[in-house]
Amino acid sequence: MAKHSHQNMGAATSFGGISGIVKMSGVRFRWPGPRSFSLAIDDFILAERERVLLTGPSGVGKSTFLSLLCGIITPQSGRIEVLGTDTAKLSNAARDHFRAEHFGIIFQMFNLLPYGSLIDNALLPLSFSTKRRKRAAENGSIEQEALRLLNSLGLETQDLHGMSTGNLSVGQQQRVAAARALIGRPEIIVADEPTSSLDRDRQDAFLDLLSAEAAEAGAAVIMVSHDEALGPHFDRVLRLEDVAVTARRVAA
Amino acid sequence: MIVPRLALQSLRNRALTASLTVLAIAFSVMLLLGVEKVRTGARQSFADTISGTDLIVGARSGGIQLLLYSVFRIGNATNNITWKSLDDIAKQPEVAWVVPLSLGDSHHGFRVLGTIADYFKHYRYRHGQPITFAEGMPFDDLFDAVIGADVAEALGYKVGDPIIVAHGTGSISFVEHKDKPFRVSGVLEKTGTPVDRTIHVSIEAIEAIHVDWKQGIPMPGETVSAEVVRTMSLKPKAVTAALIGLKSKIATFKLQRMINEYREEPLSAIIPGLTLQELWQLVGTAETALSVVSAMVVATALLGMVTMILTTLNERRREMAILRSVGARPITILGLLATEAGLLTLAGVVLGAVLLYAALAVLQPYVDRAYGLHLSINPPTYREWITLGAIVLAGFLAGLLPALRAYRLSLADGMMVRT
Repeated sequence: MAKHSHQNMGAATSFGGISGIVKMSGVRFRWPGPRSFSLAIDDFILAERERVLLTGPSGVGKSTFLSLLCGIITPQSGRIEVLGTDTAKLSNAARDHFRAEHFGIIFQMFNLLPYGSLIDNALLPLSFSTKRRKRAAENGSIEQEALRLLNSLGLETQDLHGMSTGNLSVGQQQRVAAARALIGRPEIIVADEPTSSLDRDRQDAFLDLLSAEAAEAGAAVIMVSHDEALGPHFDRVLRLEDVAVTARRVAA
Repeated sequence: MIVPRLALQSLRNRALTASLTVLAIAFSVMLLLGVEKVRTGARQSFADTISGTDLIVGARSGGIQLLLYSVFRIGNATNNITWKSLDDIAKQPEVAWVVPLSLGDSHHGFRVLGTIADYFKHYRYRHGQPITFAEGMPFDDLFDAVIGADVAEALGYKVGDPIIVAHGTGSISFVEHKDKPFRVSGVLEKTGTPVDRTIHVSIEAIEAIHVDWKQGIPMPGETVSAEVVRTMSLKPKAVTAALIGLKSKIATFKLQRMINEYREEPLSAIIPGLTLQELWQLVGTAETALSVVSAMVVATALLGMVTMILTTLNERRREMAILRSVGARPITILGLLATEAGLLTLAGVVLGAVLLYAALAVLQPYVDRAYGLHLSINPPTYREWITLGAIVLAGFLAGLLPALRAYRLSLADGMMVRT
């Protein structure tokens, strides 16, 4: 089966009896428009706490895959089951709320709202999810939790005060984004090429920290990248072409 | 909630463009409210040109024409009214006082009004305010003249200065009453009414300067010197118009009808307040034009704001994607931008109102003095509150335009942040 194409690293995951927290089946999606791009996913499973790297060259539909997973776009047909809920069947508002409750998302770059402090940026998801707000407040205030996350992701306390997001290096920005994704312990962390603008050393450092924090939070991680060399940080490496069939209809 | 806070932070992040936008809206609101204030001020000043007078009587003519020549000194009477008619009116039991007005001469373009000293007692303007003297006193001698504030200022006259009255009402006249010069006995305070542009003399003086005239020209060889004229009987046979005060306003319509139906002579009586309103309706089109122009300035400012928000939209698509990723609904993003527009407009409206009141406080005394226009500093009227509310609403609604675009973009972008 396609999903077993790359299996590596010690913590090999067995799929025997474990039910995945994400299950996609028979998903068909097509962007609107004459030169549209379509994507079909027959079968995809993400297990609990599993760390998966999804690779493939740019422009093959990795971002579309993540958008479907997070429920920002909905497929024309098929099931996208997350934590037992078919998100494709939810109303738009419910799906947005579902995303706020269960997903932490990190973009390639420009992750932060230019206004607002680092803390504000890290706290952003809590405004949309009461569940995560409660969890973040378990050990004190939500601000303390944001500070703790930022610290453990390698941002020194002196960096956090009196610093606007514009003064941060790209690496620091990605750490703030990771803190925002992790706060309130969502079940799934989704990352879209978060390290593509970092050099190799920083990539490794960032992924180590992200993995450690995700493990501590008990979150599964799914990350897309064009760079297969990042594989050792993950439980499983998949190629998009093994998961999904993509087609681009070219205008006549 | 988070949305107003985000909108506020986002605005603070773009403080310069945002404050310029607010300033543009503020100025437009200031203009709109200012025009409204000037409009009501002008209307009020106009309506307050004459008060305390219950009826104005003149020869039979249109009401507005009578008002124009008797109060505003514009145009001329078609005919005079006889002293006898005036006597008959004065004998009516309802009549408290009668002040005759005699017009027809001028001095350097300013009208000369022949009247009696009671004029200064009974003529009222702006909520019944009496005319007061800046200098000197009412006419006492036959050839005394009391000049309005504008006359004093324009011609630089002081108490004691001589005046030669010209026959006719043009600013250049070839026939002057040179032989009978007047002397300024008093200067009036500024009133913002036609009184300021009037030279007041006694009604007997008008008779005196015309005593040796026939058919509007001096009789050659029959001049009567100023000294001789003092000894003559100067009781006028006719006057131009008269102001009438009643003992009780209830009798106004009855007396008006009586005068209009007077058999001996065709007369007209008008109620000044009503005729002033009629006249205002004639000139009122200009005020509507002003209001339309200032409303268009407000619309322009709002358009500028929409443009400002639209141009920032592209660089903010990323921001939208981030908000969507943390679970913000597209409707939240729509609300964010509409709120931003609403906040900008609200700030503009508040600032505009504050600026206007500040400007009013500073300029009011000056405008009153220079133009006789009394701008009252009142809290906004009901109508103005409605206008201000409508502007904020319009701003919010205008904000929906970029907001809808952002909504569509955020749906189409999905999770991809396009730059």
